[in-house]
Amino acid sequence: MTGGSSAGGRDSSAGPVPLPMPKFAAAARTALADTGLRRDLRADAAALRRRREAAAGELGDWQELREAGRAIRDETLLNLDAYLERLEKSVTEAGGAVHWAADAAEAARLVTGLVRATGQGEVVTAAVPAAREIGLHDALAEAGVTVHPTDLAELVARLGGGRRPAARPAPPAFHRDRARLRELLARLPDAPPDLPDDPAALAAAARDHLRRRLLSARVAVCGADFMVADTGTLVLLESEGNGRAAVTVPDTLICVAGIDAVVPTWSDLEVLLQLLPRSATGDRMSPAVSTWTGVTPGDGPRELHLVLLDNGRTAVLADEAGRAALRCVRCSACAHVCPVYERTGDEPYGPRGGGPIGAVVTPLVEGVESAAHASLPYASTLCGACADVCPVKIDIPGLLVHLRGAVVESRRRRPVPTPELVMMRSAAWTMGEQGRYEAALRSGARWARLLSRGGRIRRLPGLLGKWTEARDLPAPPAGGFRGWWRARPRSGGAR
Amino acid sequence: MRVALFVACFNDALFPGTGRAVTVLLERLGHEVVFPPGQTCCGQMHWTTGYQREAADLARRFADVFGGHDAVVTPSASCAATVRAAYARIARAVGDAELERAADGLAVHELSEFLVDVLGVTDVGAYFPHRVAYHPTCHSLRTLRLGDRPLRLLRAVRGLELVELPAAEECCGFGGTFALKNADVSVAMVADKVRHVRGTCADVLCAADNGCLAHIGGALSRLRGGVRVMHLAEILAATGAPAAAGRP
Repeated sequence: MTGGSSAGGRDSSAGPVPLPMPKFAAAARTALADTGLRRDLRADAAALRRRREAAAGELGDWQELREAGRAIRDETLLNLDAYLERLEKSVTEAGGAVHWAADAAEAARLVTGLVRATGQGEVVTAAVPAAREIGLHDALAEAGVTVHPTDLAELVARLGGGRRPAARPAPPAFHRDRARLRELLARLPDAPPDLPDDPAALAAAARDHLRRRLLSARVAVCGADFMVADTGTLVLLESEGNGRAAVTVPDTLICVAGIDAVVPTWSDLEVLLQLLPRSATGDRMSPAVSTWTGVTPGDGPRELHLVLLDNGRTAVLADEAGRAALRCVRCSACAHVCPVYERTGDEPYGPRGGGPIGAVVTPLVEGVESAAHASLPYASTLCGACADVCPVKIDIPGLLVHLRGAVVESRRRRPVPTPELVMMRSAAWTMGEQGRYEAALRSGARWARLLSRGGRIRRLPGLLGKWTEARDLPAPPAGGFRGWWRARPRSGGAR
Repeated sequence: MRVALFVACFNDALFPGTGRAVTVLLERLGHEVVFPPGQTCCGQMHWTTGYQREAADLARRFADVFGGHDAVVTPSASCAATVRAAYARIARAVGDAELERAADGLAVHELSEFLVDVLGVTDVGAYFPHRVAYHPTCHSLRTLRLGDRPLRLLRAVRGLELVELPAAEECCGFGGTFALKNADVSVAMVADKVRHVRGTCADVLCAADNGCLAHIGGALSRLRGGVRVMHLAEILAATGAPAAAGRP
């Protein structure tokens, strides 16, 4: 494996998942302390929000488009089995081979086996969103295959540049300032020693390097943003054109995609192609859109393999409320507007991907028994910004609350109640009757006044201490609202 | 008009001035305010934290207490949003069709909606000679879609200088139990909110929800930020006369 996959463990698209995932809050603390990451995320968010808003706003019928996108995705998911069969038939008739992977391990095994069968020791990869999900790069490295990622963001990440942006299709190294980019690209073996920091020269250096890799590639692994069931056509959106080369030049092309990437027809694709680039990068259309169907003698790859990945997706379909999450077309717009993601990045959400939709999909697929997965639905203030921008109208806050319900129900089944459950039950019991509630108000006010100084509380005990780590709480004045109401000269109404 | 006040438990306990202000304001506008004393909590915290059964119990209680009233007004945007947007979901989550019907019959208005849409007033006769910034809370903005109603009310207040808050639409990081469960991220968010608030040089930051104000105000207080937080209702109730603040 070339360079960098272990560089600080930050190689987010292909990194190993060696240890049990930490809870979100713990992983977030690490991310919050990473000043470079914070700066990059802030810059990404600002630019991508602005671009998305402009690109969506210039269309008069954006809301109608979103509704059409929602309807297409819902109908597809409802009949997913039929569309997948149709896709398999179309791909096979066009000369490709379809492989079904039930889980991540099987997908990694399939791809590794397919690469091995070619006898080649090297592969290029281009735009494989599922790479991290299935541990692709590690699996290939273990099999002794050298992997050359060809998208610029991935290249920069591997040169030690930290995270790659979550957006699909990714804007090329979007968040880098050029001095830093120069420093990173100068590490390329074929970079000129006097590499200047102007964008054209930097692009040329990266291009020279990547082009050499791509032109000599015999085997490529790529992803697909969409797969058209009617014709068996695979569709890849990207910003740089490396994917176009990767699906054209090699003899063998292996495409890995989730089963949810299927679209029934080209007219469905037309709607989604308007929604996705505008939502992802604020582009009217992605700079490179590649569509290819099967194999064509004398033109392009001689062998085409499509690995269709389930890995929990059908289980999500079975959850009536949760299935809306599979509408996702992986544009990352929800992440770009999320105030939590803007401060933590992808890492704390785990290998299936970050941002609000990641906080939904991971616990939907993996369940909520583990503390880490159970922490994800709570990694949101429910501010609702994600729901407003989602191009296929996924009610992400609603799904997060639905999953929080699942977390609590699973905890209720445990023999020993959690402290939170005890607290929540007792709060509900107190609120269940006027006398108990008013008594609690009175005793709470007494305690608060004991804890306060100069009208503010600076330290609270127990779980509430998390609040006063950085925030004061006002001390409630004596009597409270009810005291005032009862003492009013003309307290009419119900008392 | 006879208006039932739902003060919200958070205000009942910590911000009695807000309930007083709503009462004083509505009475000044010539309406009768009643306070059903059986009211407690709408169930928001239980619902958003995943405690569906407890939330349903509290929702049923709320529907019992406020079911008979033609108009219920609350100074809490998030509680209004809970009743209006979440009660039907709570009912479905626990399979309680009767609660769903009862929730549908509730007439709960957030204060600024009630003033502008139901009473048709924007000038409530207030006087508040201070520099004020307005934070549109997430529930105000994205669930209730209050839009510019609070701003129209504030612009009509005599003496008040309204200043624009940069990045106003970004969440303050409160999120109920989020502020405890993800305290570090929450603090990182409120730090930016505080930076924007202080940048306006406002004397007062106001909002339609004391939850978010307790959060931003708590951070401002800890940092000795020199900006007070006040609920929108308290500004609208102010007339310059000492009694108008509604203190006994």
